Amino acid sequence: MSQPAPHLHQGPTTRGIMLAAAACLAPAATWGALALGPSALRVLAVAVGASLAVELAIGLSAWRRCTLGDGSALLTGLLVGLSLPAYAPLFVPAVAAAFAVAVVKASFGGLGRNWMNPALGGRLFVTFSWPVLLAVRPRPASGWLRLPAGLADGSLLGGSGTLGLVSTLLLALGGAYLLARRIAAWEIPAAFAAAFALTVWAFGGLPAGDGLFRGDLPAALASGGFALAALFMATDPVTSPQGRAARLAFGAGCGVLSFLLRVYGLRPEAPFLAVALMNMFVPLLERLSAWRGGR
Amino acid sequence: MKTADFRGVLWRDNPLLVYLVGLCPALAVSDRLVNALLLGAVMLFALLGTGIAAVGLERFAPPRLRLPLRLLLASALVTAAQRFLWAFAPTFTAPLGVYLPLLSVNCLLLGSAGAGSFSDGLLEAAGRGAAFAVGLSLLALVREGLGAGTITLFPVGSFGGVLNLRGLPPARVLAAAPGALFVLGYLSALARRRGRGRS
Repeated sequence: MSQPAPHLHQGPTTRGIMLAAAACLAPAATWGALALGPSALRVLAVAVGASLAVELAIGLSAWRRCTLGDGSALLTGLLVGLSLPAYAPLFVPAVAAAFAVAVVKASFGGLGRNWMNPALGGRLFVTFSWPVLLAVRPRPASGWLRLPAGLADGSLLGGSGTLGLVSTLLLALGGAYLLARRIAAWEIPAAFAAAFALTVWAFGGLPAGDGLFRGDLPAALASGGFALAALFMATDPVTSPQGRAARLAFGAGCGVLSFLLRVYGLRPEAPFLAVALMNMFVPLLERLSAWRGGR
Repeated sequence: MKTADFRGVLWRDNPLLVYLVGLCPALAVSDRLVNALLLGAVMLFALLGTGIAAVGLERFAPPRLRLPLRLLLASALVTAAQRFLWAFAPTFTAPLGVYLPLLSVNCLLLGSAGAGSFSDGLLEAAGRGAAFAVGLSLLALVREGLGAGTITLFPVGSFGGVLNLRGLPPARVLAAAPGALFVLGYLSALARRRGRGRS
Protein backbone atom coordinates (compact mmCIF):
# COMPACT_ATOMS: atom_id res chain seq x y z
CA MET A 1 0.00 0.00 0.00
CA SER A 2 1.19 3.48 -0.76
CA GLN A 3 1.34 5.71 2.24
CA PRO A 4 1.19 9.38 1.15
CA ALA A 5 -2.00 11.40 1.07
CA PRO A 6 -4.50 11.00 3.87
CA HIS A 7 -6.57 8.06 2.75
CA LEU A 8 -9.63 9.21 4.54
CA HIS A 9 -12.33 6.84 5.46
CA GLN A 10 -14.92 6.78 8.15
CA GLY A 11 -16.31 3.33 7.52
CA PRO A 12 -16.68 0.87 10.32
CA THR A 13 -13.62 -1.20 11.18
CA THR A 14 -13.64 -4.81 12.31
CA ARG A 15 -12.47 -3.76 15.73
CA GLY A 16 -15.15 -1.10 15.93
CA ILE A 17 -17.91 -3.55 15.04
CA MET A 18 -16.73 -6.18 17.46
CA LEU A 19 -16.26 -3.77 20.32
CA ALA A 20 -19.66 -2.20 19.70
CA ALA A 21 -21.31 -5.60 19.81
CA ALA A 22 -19.43 -6.44 23.00
CA ALA A 23 -20.49 -3.12 24.53
CA CYS A 24 -24.10 -3.89 23.65
CA LEU A 25 -23.83 -7.13 25.58
CA ALA A 26 -22.38 -5.42 28.63
CA PRO A 27 -25.65 -4.24 30.25
CA ALA A 28 -27.21 -7.67 29.99
CA ALA A 29 -24.03 -9.26 31.31
CA THR A 30 -23.90 -6.87 34.23
CA TRP A 31 -27.50 -7.53 35.07
CA GLY A 32 -26.99 -11.27 34.82
CA ALA A 33 -24.02 -11.13 37.17
CA LEU A 34 -25.99 -9.03 39.66
CA ALA A 35 -29.05 -11.25 39.52
CA LEU A 36 -27.33 -14.61 39.56
CA GLY A 37 -24.36 -13.90 41.75
CA PRO A 38 -20.67 -14.80 41.75
CA SER A 39 -21.13 -18.13 39.99
CA ALA A 40 -22.41 -16.33 36.89
CA LEU A 41 -19.52 -13.91 37.03
CA ARG A 42 -17.07 -16.80 37.22
CA VAL A 43 -18.62 -18.49 34.16
CA LEU A 44 -18.40 -15.25 32.22
CA ALA A 45 -14.81 -14.54 33.29
CA VAL A 46 -13.62 -18.05 32.45
CA ALA A 47 -15.27 -17.93 29.03
CA VAL A 48 -13.74 -14.57 28.13
CA GLY A 49 -10.35 -15.48 29.57
CA ALA A 50 -10.18 -18.81 27.75
CA SER A 51 -11.26 -17.22 24.50
CA LEU A 52 -8.59 -14.52 24.69
CA ALA A 53 -5.88 -16.96 25.79
CA VAL A 54 -6.58 -19.46 23.01
CA GLU A 55 -6.76 -16.70 20.40
CA LEU A 56 -3.43 -15.32 21.59
CA ALA A 57 -1.78 -18.74 21.62
CA ILE A 58 -3.01 -19.69 18.15
CA GLY A 59 -2.24 -16.32 16.66
CA LEU A 60 1.32 -16.35 17.95
CA SER A 61 2.08 -19.98 17.15
CA ALA A 62 0.35 -20.34 13.79
CA TRP A 63 0.28 -16.87 12.28
CA ARG A 64 3.12 -15.17 14.16
CA ARG A 65 0.98 -12.18 15.00
CA CYS A 66 -1.32 -11.10 17.74
CA THR A 67 -4.91 -11.21 16.57
CA LEU A 68 -6.48 -10.05 19.80
CA GLY A 69 -6.81 -6.53 18.41
CA ASP A 70 -9.75 -7.32 16.14
CA GLY A 71 -11.89 -7.86 19.21
CA SER A 72 -13.61 -10.95 17.90
CA ALA A 73 -12.18 -13.19 20.60
CA LEU A 74 -13.56 -10.89 23.26
CA LEU A 75 -17.00 -10.97 21.66
CA THR A 76 -16.89 -14.75 21.27
CA GLY A 77 -15.99 -15.18 24.93
CA LEU A 78 -18.79 -12.89 26.03
CA LEU A 79 -21.36 -14.67 23.89
CA VAL A 80 -20.24 -18.08 25.10
CA GLY A 81 -20.38 -16.97 28.72
CA LEU A 82 -23.79 -15.38 28.34
CA SER A 83 -25.28 -18.40 26.64
CA LEU A 84 -24.23 -20.83 29.34
CA PRO A 85 -26.10 -21.45 32.59
CA ALA A 86 -24.52 -20.01 35.71
CA TYR A 87 -24.30 -23.35 37.48
CA ALA A 88 -22.12 -24.94 34.80
CA PRO A 89 -18.81 -26.31 36.12
CA LEU A 90 -16.02 -23.95 35.17
CA PHE A 91 -14.33 -26.25 32.67
CA VAL A 92 -17.46 -26.05 30.50
CA PRO A 93 -17.12 -22.37 29.56
CA ALA A 94 -13.38 -22.88 29.12
CA VAL A 95 -13.85 -25.78 26.71
CA ALA A 96 -16.68 -24.02 24.90
CA ALA A 97 -14.63 -20.87 24.33
CA ALA A 98 -11.52 -22.83 23.35
CA PHE A 99 -13.52 -24.92 20.89
CA ALA A 100 -15.12 -21.80 19.48
CA VAL A 101 -11.85 -20.01 18.85
CA ALA A 102 -9.60 -22.94 17.95
CA VAL A 103 -11.88 -25.27 16.02
CA VAL A 104 -14.73 -23.19 14.67
CA LYS A 105 -12.71 -20.10 13.81
CA ALA A 106 -8.96 -20.68 13.60
CA SER A 107 -9.08 -24.09 11.91
CA PHE A 108 -10.88 -22.56 8.97
CA GLY A 109 -8.31 -19.78 8.63
CA GLY A 110 -9.31 -17.26 11.25
CA LEU A 111 -11.75 -14.41 11.42
CA GLY A 112 -13.74 -13.99 8.22
CA ARG A 113 -13.25 -17.53 6.97
CA ASN A 114 -15.36 -19.43 9.47
CA TRP A 115 -18.74 -20.61 8.23
CA MET A 116 -20.34 -20.94 11.65
CA ASN A 117 -20.52 -18.36 14.36
CA PRO A 118 -17.70 -19.37 16.74
CA ALA A 119 -19.64 -18.80 19.92
CA LEU A 120 -22.50 -20.92 18.60
CA GLY A 121 -20.14 -23.73 17.73
CA GLY A 122 -18.59 -23.71 21.18
CA ARG A 123 -21.94 -23.55 22.89
CA LEU A 124 -23.31 -26.46 20.88
CA PHE A 125 -20.17 -28.54 21.40
CA VAL A 126 -20.61 -28.45 25.16
CA THR A 127 -24.37 -28.89 24.83
CA PHE A 128 -23.92 -32.22 23.13
CA SER A 129 -20.86 -33.22 25.12
CA TRP A 130 -22.15 -32.73 28.64
CA PRO A 131 -25.96 -32.62 28.42
CA VAL A 132 -26.40 -33.64 32.04
CA LEU A 133 -24.23 -30.84 33.42
CA LEU A 134 -26.17 -28.23 31.45
CA ALA A 135 -29.66 -29.60 32.03
CA VAL A 136 -32.20 -27.12 33.34
CA ARG A 137 -32.24 -26.86 37.10
CA PRO A 138 -35.11 -25.10 38.82
CA ARG A 139 -33.12 -24.02 41.89
CA PRO A 140 -32.37 -20.29 41.58
CA ALA A 141 -28.85 -19.06 42.07
CA SER A 142 -28.31 -16.56 44.83
CA GLY A 143 -27.52 -13.14 43.47
CA TRP A 144 -26.65 -9.83 44.99
CA LEU A 145 -30.05 -8.40 44.17
CA ARG A 146 -32.05 -11.00 46.13
CA LEU A 147 -34.51 -11.40 43.31
CA PRO A 148 -37.53 -13.67 43.55
CA ALA A 149 -37.05 -17.06 41.97
CA GLY A 150 -38.98 -16.28 38.83
CA LEU A 151 -36.53 -13.65 37.64
CA ALA A 152 -33.25 -15.33 38.46
CA ASP A 153 -33.85 -18.88 37.42
CA GLY A 154 -30.32 -20.20 37.37
CA SER A 155 -29.53 -19.46 33.78
CA LEU A 156 -27.19 -16.70 32.81
CA LEU A 157 -29.34 -15.01 30.23
CA GLY A 158 -30.36 -17.86 28.11
CA GLY A 159 -29.78 -21.27 26.79
CA SER A 160 -31.51 -23.29 29.44
CA GLY A 161 -35.24 -23.06 29.22
CA THR A 162 -37.16 -20.64 31.37
CA LEU A 163 -35.34 -17.36 31.06
CA GLY A 164 -35.31 -14.00 32.73
CA LEU A 165 -37.55 -11.46 31.05
CA VAL A 166 -35.52 -8.53 32.28
CA SER A 167 -32.24 -9.68 30.82
CA THR A 168 -34.02 -10.34 27.54
CA LEU A 169 -35.08 -6.72 27.66
CA LEU A 170 -31.49 -5.57 28.12
CA LEU A 171 -30.34 -7.85 25.32
CA ALA A 172 -33.03 -6.38 23.10
CA LEU A 173 -31.88 -2.86 23.99
CA GLY A 174 -28.31 -3.70 23.06
CA GLY A 175 -29.52 -5.31 19.88
CA ALA A 176 -31.60 -2.28 19.03
CA TYR A 177 -28.48 -0.13 19.22
CA LEU A 178 -26.67 -2.50 16.88
CA LEU A 179 -29.59 -2.34 14.46
CA ALA A 180 -29.79 1.44 14.67
CA ARG A 181 -26.10 1.78 13.86
CA ARG A 182 -26.58 -0.76 11.06
CA ILE A 183 -23.90 -2.98 12.46
CA ALA A 184 -26.44 -5.77 12.41
CA ALA A 185 -28.72 -6.13 9.39
CA TRP A 186 -32.30 -5.57 10.47
CA GLU A 187 -33.72 -8.12 8.03
CA ILE A 188 -32.31 -11.07 9.94
CA PRO A 189 -33.74 -10.47 13.43
CA ALA A 190 -36.99 -9.17 11.92
CA ALA A 191 -37.57 -12.24 9.80
CA PHE A 192 -36.32 -14.46 12.63
CA ALA A 193 -38.75 -13.00 15.13
CA ALA A 194 -41.66 -12.91 12.67
CA ALA A 195 -41.26 -16.50 11.57
CA PHE A 196 -40.67 -17.71 15.12
CA ALA A 197 -43.65 -15.82 16.52
CA LEU A 198 -45.94 -16.88 13.71
CA THR A 199 -45.12 -20.56 13.93
CA VAL A 200 -45.21 -20.63 17.72
CA TRP A 201 -48.53 -18.82 17.78
CA ALA A 202 -50.07 -20.98 15.08
CA PHE A 203 -48.72 -24.42 15.89
CA GLY A 204 -47.15 -24.13 19.37
CA GLY A 205 -50.29 -25.34 21.09
CA LEU A 206 -50.56 -28.54 19.06
CA PRO A 207 -48.31 -30.83 21.15
CA ALA A 208 -50.27 -29.99 24.29
CA GLY A 209 -53.54 -30.61 22.47
CA ASP A 210 -54.67 -26.98 22.54
CA GLY A 211 -55.34 -26.75 18.83
CA LEU A 212 -54.20 -24.15 16.34
CA PHE A 213 -53.37 -20.54 17.24
CA ARG A 214 -52.96 -21.28 20.96
CA GLY A 215 -49.19 -21.20 21.26
CA ASP A 216 -47.47 -19.60 24.24
CA LEU A 217 -46.16 -16.58 22.38
CA PRO A 218 -44.94 -14.36 25.27
CA ALA A 219 -42.86 -17.10 26.86
CA ALA A 220 -41.25 -17.95 23.54
CA LEU A 221 -40.39 -14.39 22.59
CA ALA A 222 -39.19 -13.47 26.07
CA SER A 223 -36.57 -16.20 26.20
CA GLY A 224 -33.05 -14.87 26.49
CA GLY A 225 -31.73 -17.60 24.24
CA PHE A 226 -33.93 -16.38 21.43
CA ALA A 227 -32.86 -12.76 21.89
CA LEU A 228 -29.19 -13.66 22.03
CA ALA A 229 -29.42 -15.87 18.94
CA ALA A 230 -31.55 -13.50 16.87
CA LEU A 231 -29.76 -10.25 17.69
CA PHE A 232 -26.16 -11.23 18.28
CA MET A 233 -25.46 -14.62 16.73
CA ALA A 234 -27.56 -14.74 13.56
CA THR A 235 -26.39 -11.24 12.63
CA ASP A 236 -22.69 -12.10 12.73
CA PRO A 237 -21.48 -10.40 9.52
CA VAL A 238 -19.13 -13.27 8.72
CA THR A 239 -21.70 -16.04 8.82
CA SER A 240 -24.86 -14.32 7.59
CA PRO A 241 -25.74 -13.77 3.94
CA GLN A 242 -25.51 -10.54 1.95
CA GLY A 243 -28.53 -9.15 0.17
CA ARG A 244 -32.00 -8.39 1.45
CA ALA A 245 -33.82 -11.43 0.08
CA ALA A 246 -31.15 -13.81 1.30
CA ARG A 247 -31.17 -12.21 4.74
CA LEU A 248 -34.93 -12.45 5.01
CA ALA A 249 -34.85 -16.10 3.98
CA PHE A 250 -32.01 -16.76 6.42
CA GLY A 251 -33.90 -15.19 9.31
CA ALA A 252 -37.13 -16.95 8.45
CA GLY A 253 -35.35 -20.27 8.31
CA CYS A 254 -33.86 -19.62 11.74
CA GLY A 255 -37.30 -18.81 13.11
CA VAL A 256 -39.04 -21.89 11.75
CA LEU A 257 -36.23 -24.19 12.82
CA SER A 258 -36.21 -22.61 16.29
CA PHE A 259 -39.90 -23.34 16.60
CA LEU A 260 -39.55 -26.93 15.43
CA LEU A 261 -36.59 -27.63 17.70
CA ARG A 262 -38.11 -25.96 20.73
CA VAL A 263 -41.66 -27.24 20.52
CA TYR A 264 -41.12 -30.63 18.93
CA GLY A 265 -37.46 -31.24 19.76
CA LEU A 266 -37.90 -29.98 23.33
CA ARG A 267 -34.49 -28.37 23.18
CA PRO A 268 -34.04 -25.27 25.31
CA GLU A 269 -31.06 -24.17 23.18
CA ALA A 270 -33.23 -24.45 20.04
CA PRO A 271 -32.46 -20.93 18.70
CA PHE A 272 -28.71 -21.63 18.83
CA LEU A 273 -29.14 -24.90 16.96
CA ALA A 274 -31.38 -23.23 14.40
CA VAL A 275 -28.85 -20.49 13.66
CA ALA A 276 -26.04 -23.04 13.38
CA LEU A 277 -28.08 -25.06 10.92
CA MET A 278 -28.97 -22.01 8.87
CA ASN A 279 -25.30 -20.95 8.80
CA MET A 280 -24.75 -23.93 6.53
CA PHE A 281 -27.23 -22.56 4.00
CA VAL A 282 -25.63 -19.14 3.70
CA PRO A 283 -23.63 -19.88 0.51
CA LEU A 284 -26.71 -21.40 -1.09
CA LEU A 285 -28.90 -18.44 -0.15
CA GLU A 286 -26.34 -15.98 -1.49
CA ARG A 287 -26.07 -17.87 -4.73
CA LEU A 288 -29.83 -18.00 -5.12
CA SER A 289 -30.26 -14.29 -4.55
CA ALA A 290 -27.38 -13.47 -6.91
CA TRP A 291 -28.94 -15.69 -9.56
CA ARG A 292 -32.30 -13.93 -9.23
CA GLY A 293 -30.68 -10.52 -9.40
CA GLY A 294 -28.65 -11.46 -12.44
CA ARG A 295 -31.61 -12.28 -14.62
CA MET B 1 6.99 -50.27 -4.14
CA LYS B 2 10.23 -49.78 -2.32
CA THR B 3 10.88 -50.33 1.34
CA ALA B 4 11.25 -46.61 1.94
CA ASP B 5 7.75 -46.12 0.59
CA PHE B 6 6.49 -48.64 3.09
CA ARG B 7 7.17 -46.11 5.82
CA GLY B 8 5.92 -43.24 3.69
CA VAL B 9 2.58 -44.97 3.30
CA LEU B 10 2.01 -44.62 7.01
CA TRP B 11 1.83 -40.84 6.77
CA ARG B 12 2.26 -39.39 3.31
CA ASP B 13 0.07 -41.93 1.54
CA ASN B 14 -2.03 -43.14 4.42
CA PRO B 15 -5.17 -44.43 2.71
CA LEU B 16 -7.44 -43.49 5.58
CA LEU B 17 -5.93 -40.24 6.80
CA VAL B 18 -4.69 -38.69 3.56
CA TYR B 19 -6.78 -40.21 0.76
CA LEU B 20 -9.84 -40.62 3.00
CA VAL B 21 -10.58 -44.06 1.59
CA GLY B 22 -12.70 -46.54 3.51
CA LEU B 23 -14.31 -43.88 5.67
CA CYS B 24 -17.64 -45.57 6.21
CA PRO B 25 -16.54 -48.46 8.45
CA ALA B 26 -13.77 -46.30 9.90
CA LEU B 27 -16.13 -43.65 11.23
CA ALA B 28 -18.63 -46.23 12.42
CA VAL B 29 -16.40 -48.46 14.50
CA SER B 30 -13.69 -46.10 15.72
CA ASP B 31 -15.45 -45.37 18.99
CA ARG B 32 -13.53 -48.16 20.75
CA LEU B 33 -9.86 -48.94 20.31
CA VAL B 34 -10.47 -52.67 20.34
CA ASN B 35 -12.95 -52.38 17.46
CA ALA B 36 -10.44 -50.40 15.44
CA LEU B 37 -7.70 -52.96 16.04
CA LEU B 38 -9.95 -55.83 15.00
CA LEU B 39 -11.25 -54.13 11.90
CA GLY B 40 -7.74 -53.07 10.95
CA ALA B 41 -6.53 -56.64 11.36
CA VAL B 42 -9.31 -58.02 9.16
CA MET B 43 -8.55 -55.37 6.55
CA LEU B 44 -4.86 -56.25 6.60
CA PHE B 45 -5.72 -59.92 6.19
CA ALA B 46 -8.08 -59.31 3.29
CA LEU B 47 -5.64 -56.94 1.59
CA LEU B 48 -2.83 -59.47 1.84
CA GLY B 49 -5.08 -62.18 0.46
CA THR B 50 -6.24 -60.14 -2.51
CA GLY B 51 -2.71 -58.86 -3.01
CA ILE B 52 -1.37 -62.37 -3.34
CA ALA B 53 -4.23 -63.40 -5.58
CA ALA B 54 -3.87 -60.32 -7.76
CA VAL B 55 -0.57 -61.63 -9.07
CA GLY B 56 -2.24 -64.86 -10.15
CA LEU B 57 -5.14 -62.97 -11.67
CA GLU B 58 -2.81 -60.78 -13.71
CA ARG B 59 -1.16 -63.87 -15.10
CA PHE B 60 -3.99 -66.26 -15.73
CA ALA B 61 -7.35 -64.51 -15.78
CA PRO B 62 -8.63 -62.67 -18.86
CA PRO B 63 -8.85 -58.90 -18.27
CA ARG B 64 -12.63 -58.85 -18.37
CA LEU B 65 -12.84 -61.22 -15.44
CA ARG B 66 -10.26 -59.61 -13.16
CA LEU B 67 -12.53 -57.20 -11.36
CA PRO B 68 -15.37 -59.68 -10.72
CA LEU B 69 -12.87 -62.21 -9.52
CA ARG B 70 -11.28 -59.70 -7.19
CA LEU B 71 -14.69 -58.85 -5.79
CA LEU B 72 -15.48 -62.49 -5.31
CA LEU B 73 -12.17 -63.11 -3.63
CA ALA B 74 -12.44 -60.09 -1.35
CA SER B 75 -15.89 -61.08 -0.16
CA ALA B 76 -14.77 -64.67 0.35
CA LEU B 77 -11.83 -63.58 2.49
CA VAL B 78 -13.89 -61.13 4.53
CA THR B 79 -16.62 -63.68 5.05
CA ALA B 80 -14.07 -66.23 6.19
CA ALA B 81 -12.63 -63.73 8.66
CA GLN B 82 -16.09 -62.83 9.84
CA ARG B 83 -17.04 -66.48 10.45
CA PHE B 84 -13.79 -67.08 12.24
CA LEU B 85 -14.25 -64.08 14.53
CA TRP B 86 -17.85 -64.90 15.30
CA ALA B 87 -16.82 -68.45 16.19
CA PHE B 88 -13.91 -67.60 18.47
CA ALA B 89 -14.49 -64.04 19.71
CA PRO B 90 -18.19 -63.20 19.49
CA THR B 91 -18.07 -60.52 22.17
CA PHE B 92 -15.49 -58.54 20.21
CA THR B 93 -17.19 -59.15 16.86
CA ALA B 94 -20.69 -58.07 17.81
CA PRO B 95 -19.88 -54.31 18.10
CA LEU B 96 -18.50 -54.32 14.55
CA GLY B 97 -21.98 -55.15 13.31
CA VAL B 98 -22.63 -54.84 9.63
CA TYR B 99 -19.38 -52.96 9.04
CA LEU B 100 -17.35 -56.15 9.17
CA PRO B 101 -19.08 -57.82 6.17
CA LEU B 102 -19.20 -54.44 4.44
CA LEU B 103 -15.41 -54.48 4.31
CA SER B 104 -15.68 -56.73 1.27
CA VAL B 105 -16.94 -53.87 -0.86
CA ASN B 106 -14.53 -51.35 0.68
CA CYS B 107 -12.86 -49.26 -1.99
CA LEU B 108 -9.50 -49.85 -0.34
CA LEU B 109 -9.82 -53.55 -1.20
CA LEU B 110 -11.17 -53.07 -4.70
CA GLY B 111 -9.12 -50.07 -5.65
CA SER B 112 -5.70 -51.40 -4.79
CA ALA B 113 -3.84 -51.91 -8.01
CA GLY B 114 -2.44 -55.38 -8.35
CA ALA B 115 0.63 -54.69 -10.40
CA GLY B 116 4.24 -55.68 -10.71
CA SER B 117 5.95 -58.61 -9.11
CA PHE B 118 4.72 -60.82 -6.33
CA SER B 119 6.84 -59.23 -3.64
CA ASP B 120 5.86 -55.73 -4.72
CA GLY B 121 2.19 -56.56 -4.53
CA LEU B 122 2.60 -58.16 -1.15
CA LEU B 123 4.55 -55.23 0.23
CA GLU B 124 2.02 -52.74 -1.04
CA ALA B 125 -0.87 -54.68 0.43
CA ALA B 126 0.91 -54.95 3.77
CA GLY B 127 1.71 -51.24 3.77
CA ARG B 128 -1.81 -50.19 2.97
CA GLY B 129 -3.31 -52.56 5.48
CA ALA B 130 -0.93 -51.50 8.23
CA ALA B 131 -1.47 -47.82 7.44
CA PHE B 132 -5.22 -48.28 7.53
CA ALA B 133 -5.00 -50.10 10.86
CA VAL B 134 -2.69 -47.48 12.36
CA GLY B 135 -4.86 -44.60 11.18
CA LEU B 136 -7.99 -46.27 12.46
CA SER B 137 -6.39 -47.02 15.82
CA LEU B 138 -5.19 -43.43 16.20
CA LEU B 139 -8.70 -42.19 15.44
CA ALA B 140 -10.20 -44.60 17.92
CA LEU B 141 -7.62 -43.80 20.58
CA VAL B 142 -8.40 -40.08 20.49
CA ARG B 143 -12.15 -40.58 20.21
CA GLU B 144 -12.40 -43.11 22.98
CA GLY B 145 -9.96 -41.38 25.29
CA LEU B 146 -11.63 -37.99 25.04
CA GLY B 147 -15.18 -39.08 24.24
CA ALA B 148 -15.69 -41.91 26.69
CA GLY B 149 -12.80 -41.54 29.12
CA THR B 150 -11.66 -45.12 28.60
CA ILE B 151 -9.25 -47.12 26.47
CA THR B 152 -10.56 -50.56 25.64
CA LEU B 153 -8.13 -53.35 24.79
CA PHE B 154 -8.29 -57.11 24.89
CA PRO B 155 -8.56 -58.58 28.38
CA VAL B 156 -5.40 -60.49 29.26
CA GLY B 157 -5.12 -62.38 32.51
CA SER B 158 -6.05 -60.17 35.42
CA PHE B 159 -6.28 -57.08 33.17
CA GLY B 160 -9.94 -56.56 32.43
CA GLY B 161 -9.42 -54.92 29.07
CA VAL B 162 -10.57 -51.42 29.93
CA LEU B 163 -8.33 -48.60 31.12
CA ASN B 164 -10.18 -45.76 32.80
CA LEU B 165 -8.71 -42.33 32.29
CA ARG B 166 -9.07 -39.59 34.84
CA GLY B 167 -9.66 -35.96 34.11
CA LEU B 168 -12.59 -34.06 32.75
CA PRO B 169 -15.90 -35.81 32.24
CA PRO B 170 -15.78 -37.26 28.72
CA ALA B 171 -17.00 -35.05 25.89
CA ARG B 172 -19.78 -37.12 24.42
CA VAL B 173 -19.65 -35.41 21.03
CA LEU B 174 -16.35 -37.06 20.22
CA ALA B 175 -17.77 -40.51 20.81
CA ALA B 176 -20.70 -39.77 18.51
CA ALA B 177 -20.48 -39.90 14.73
CA PRO B 178 -19.83 -36.16 14.20
CA GLY B 179 -16.90 -36.37 16.60
CA ALA B 180 -15.27 -38.89 14.29
CA LEU B 181 -15.21 -36.29 11.54
CA PHE B 182 -13.73 -33.66 13.88
CA VAL B 183 -10.92 -35.97 14.94
CA LEU B 184 -10.38 -37.31 11.43
CA GLY B 185 -10.00 -33.77 10.12
CA TYR B 186 -7.24 -32.97 12.57
CA LEU B 187 -5.49 -36.33 12.12
CA SER B 188 -5.65 -35.83 8.37
CA ALA B 189 -4.04 -32.40 8.69
CA LEU B 190 -1.35 -33.89 10.91
CA ALA B 191 -0.67 -36.73 8.48
CA ARG B 192 -0.43 -34.35 5.53
CA ARG B 193 1.95 -32.11 7.42
CA ARG B 194 4.20 -35.00 8.39
CA GLY B 195 4.04 -36.44 4.89
CA ARG B 196 5.01 -33.13 3.36
CA GLY B 197 8.13 -33.01 5.48
CA ARG B 198 9.12 -36.50 4.44
CA SER B 199 8.58 -36.46 0.70
